[in-house]
Amino acid sequence: MAAETVLKANNLKRYYEIKGGMFAKGGTVKALDGASFNLEAGKTLAVVGESGCGKSTLARLVTLIEKPTDGELVLGGFDIGSAHTAEEKRTLRQMVQIVFQDPYGSLNPRQKVSAILEEPLKINTSMSSAERRAEVLSMMSRVGLRPEQADRYPHMFSGGQRQRIAIARALMLRPKIVILDEPVSALDVSIQAQVLNLLTDLQEEMNLAYLFISHDLSVVRHIADDVLVMYLGQPVEHGSREEIFSNPQHPYTQALLSATPVADPSRKRERIKLVGELPSPLNPPSGCTFHPRCPLANERCKAEMPKLAPTSSAQVSCHAVAEGRN
Amino acid sequence: MSQVQNTLDQNETPQTEAPKPISPFRQQMREFWFYFSENKGAVAGLFFFLFVVLVAVFADVIAPHSPIEQYRDFILIPPAWQEGGNAEFLLGTDPVGRDLLSRLMHGARFSLYAGCIVIVISLSIGVMLGLSAGFFRGMYETIVMRVMDVILSIPSLLMALVLVAILGPGLRNAMIAISITYLPHYVRLARASAVAESARDYVTASRVAGAGTWRLMCITILPNCMAPLIVQASLSFSTAILDTAALGFLGMGAQPPASEWGTMLAEAREFILSAWWVVTFPGVAILLTVLSINLMGDGLRDALDPKMKRS
Repeated sequence: MAAETVLKANNLKRYYEIKGGMFAKGGTVKALDGASFNLEAGKTLAVVGESGCGKSTLARLVTLIEKPTDGELVLGGFDIGSAHTAEEKRTLRQMVQIVFQDPYGSLNPRQKVSAILEEPLKINTSMSSAERRAEVLSMMSRVGLRPEQADRYPHMFSGGQRQRIAIARALMLRPKIVILDEPVSALDVSIQAQVLNLLTDLQEEMNLAYLFISHDLSVVRHIADDVLVMYLGQPVEHGSREEIFSNPQHPYTQALLSATPVADPSRKRERIKLVGELPSPLNPPSGCTFHPRCPLANERCKAEMPKLAPTSSAQVSCHAVAEGRN
Repeated sequence: MSQVQNTLDQNETPQTEAPKPISPFRQQMREFWFYFSENKGAVAGLFFFLFVVLVAVFADVIAPHSPIEQYRDFILIPPAWQEGGNAEFLLGTDPVGRDLLSRLMHGARFSLYAGCIVIVISLSIGVMLGLSAGFFRGMYETIVMRVMDVILSIPSLLMALVLVAILGPGLRNAMIAISITYLPHYVRLARASAVAESARDYVTASRVAGAGTWRLMCITILPNCMAPLIVQASLSFSTAILDTAALGFLGMGAQPPASEWGTMLAEAREFILSAWWVVTFPGVAILLTVLSINLMGDGLRDALDPKMKRS
């Protein structure tokens, strides 16, 4: 069964201009510098990388909060660059929704749960209030909340329950794509599993495509179908979960995976230590942006920027891998 | 699967189980009263304030005399308990023979009225300007905030005096002038809260859901900015009364024969040494009213500030 491609990103870029002050020079921050990927209905693409690598910028672009500086973004067959009328924009917007990391900041403290869940319907549909109410209650039961909790305020709920409310709100408009911006990293480990299972159940039920942004690789291993590893605004490796976790090729992916703790005291781990800091996106290194920290870097890496190229298993952007030096 | 999760969640947070259904508004009020009543001064202030409000509302009924009728035979009668006092004029009479008690009762109307109007004008305009400045940012914000800085940099009473001089004396113009001098406080508070709130995730979530500018500003952000504004309003209520009295005293506020407290003080200035009651009672009325409102405002701030809550 060929699944429908709901999201197609092609060389997506987002630059921020930094205004020069009286003493500071202006510049351009390349927060996201050319990301390309596809997302199919019912699948989960995990985007991983350390902080500052452009994960959240990607989320902001896909949710249409910000416009890409350059590149093509196609949502469910519509190119967002060609949407001009309010009606088209509304259709596009209803296709993507987002769940935030912090369940304490993402719910309006002055609104009841029912009002929070109702809002997307109120804005985008012409349902009567009774219909909206019914819709809210059915969505609440889907995410494991009881109907009598509809008239409570967010502060009366625990973190896990709040995240369920946030998920319910994201699903109210029946989107095709849900951006999950670190949806479980603010939760207790015991609650994480419940929320992840809920997300998997909902994905099967509603045929949702997830763009799962995370830095927690054990969570990614649990939920993802495909993995996109980002470094400094650029994807460095893109492949299926099995390939990435069993046979990481890019030196950065290898280092990232070796840093994940494994609950096995007898296993001696070989940990790859990266030296240096994440360079500033204001002034990225020449050539391969990873070369100052890469154990395999040579002169070519310093001069020439590698491209994402298919290897035997995944797509890797690395000269060393392409030349077989690894 | 989700059934199991559901029961787990329920066990995990038994405190969310309310013992009996109670409307959130009533619960909020109950909680509010719990914290408010901890502060005895605030409760005392509240009761005195309510007393002043009742006196102002029923001044026509309970005042023994008309506030402007002149009893020519009873000029400058001292209070009833002093030698030469008359039981008919409990707090004595003023230089033209008007009953002080009745004038004070009617004066409460002017003061509360002025306070309310000033708050309403400065709060509504201030919130509008501050909220939009914090929401739209950019050039508009800079202009609004710099204008507010200019207003702040002029002493407020002086500013009010100048404005009244331009608009012409009278209670209504005094209220407008005082409202303008109070505007910057509200604008700054509203802007600061709006800036902080619009960066929160729930605002982004509303935006992703398609909320327009108006909805984001008034329905999503505004209710979350109200707590500090309510406290500021309750505190500046008393300063508004004081400033109205001050303008009245300087002859720029309510005009005679209106029995506004500040105007009464101004009229009685020359009798400070010979007839103490004419100056003292309006002064005491202003003092007690302002004090009670300040105490109440402090209690309100403590009760509304989440950081002061212990549970």
